[in-house]
Amino acid sequence: MLEEIKPKKVGIIPCNGEEICEGSITRFASRKVLDKLRPNDTVTVCLPLFIAGGKEEREFAKNYPTITVDGCDKRCSQISTEKLSGRPYHSIVVSDLLKEHSIEPPKSRRALTDKDQAAVDLVADEITKKVDEILEKS
Amino acid sequence: MGKKVVVLPCSGIGKAYGEIGRQAVYDLAEDLKPEDVKTACLARLMIDDPETKAMVKDNFVITVDGCGMDCARKNVEAAGKQVDSSLRVVEAFKKHRDLKPQGVLELGEPGFKLAHILAERLSEEVDCVMKK
Repeated sequence: MLEEIKPKKVGIIPCNGEEICEGSITRFASRKVLDKLRPNDTVTVCLPLFIAGGKEEREFAKNYPTITVDGCDKRCSQISTEKLSGRPYHSIVVSDLLKEHSIEPPKSRRALTDKDQAAVDLVADEITKKVDEILEKS
Repeated sequence: MGKKVVVLPCSGIGKAYGEIGRQAVYDLAEDLKPEDVKTACLARLMIDDPETKAMVKDNFVITVDGCGMDCARKNVEAAGKQVDSSLRVVEAFKKHRDLKPQGVLELGEPGFKLAHILAERLSEEVDCVMKK
């Protein structure tokens, strides 16, 4: 009997933090991975829906590997995912990553400048690296 | 000190409605009603962040949801607070179908116009809630 081979998908769960500039970075970096860098290998899990009881989202995060992307060290996305579905494969904290690479966080949470694109690219590349790691293992 | 209005968007990332709601809240909190309105990270309610829970508990709350799933409202209610008002971006969109956002996060001029219309609608709602 032939076994059906299902393509492995990785769920990206950004915190979307509204209060902080790094929250905007989580959104733009995640969308860059979803739309441009790994469109066939990734899906997004909408954190507010996930938390509000979205069955599909919770099931997905239980059965597929996830990467959480948090703006700050409160790690809301990581903690919520652990509570509701299980441990994410990898957790990224934008403020830590920017510090590590001496990149200044954006000044505005509303609109990102051309300069802020470096931060988006850095976080998107880190997510992509982790996606590839997961896919290689599977 | 008088109560403020905490306005919380869902910030959904799957569709442009989430970004429109988010941008409308920034427009409201930073330009239209900076004295009366503040926002907070919605996800902090899920991790029982004491500061955010107190802010929501002690002030008026308006939620802005992208779609009919009403995630922002449900998240606030799950934290034990009844919202004072809740709006949906999709309702604003129905009245301005000509204003189509260009992308999910890159809204373009029409998307930002829609966000501003929603911010003005929210501003009226803030006045109503504060009169309570």
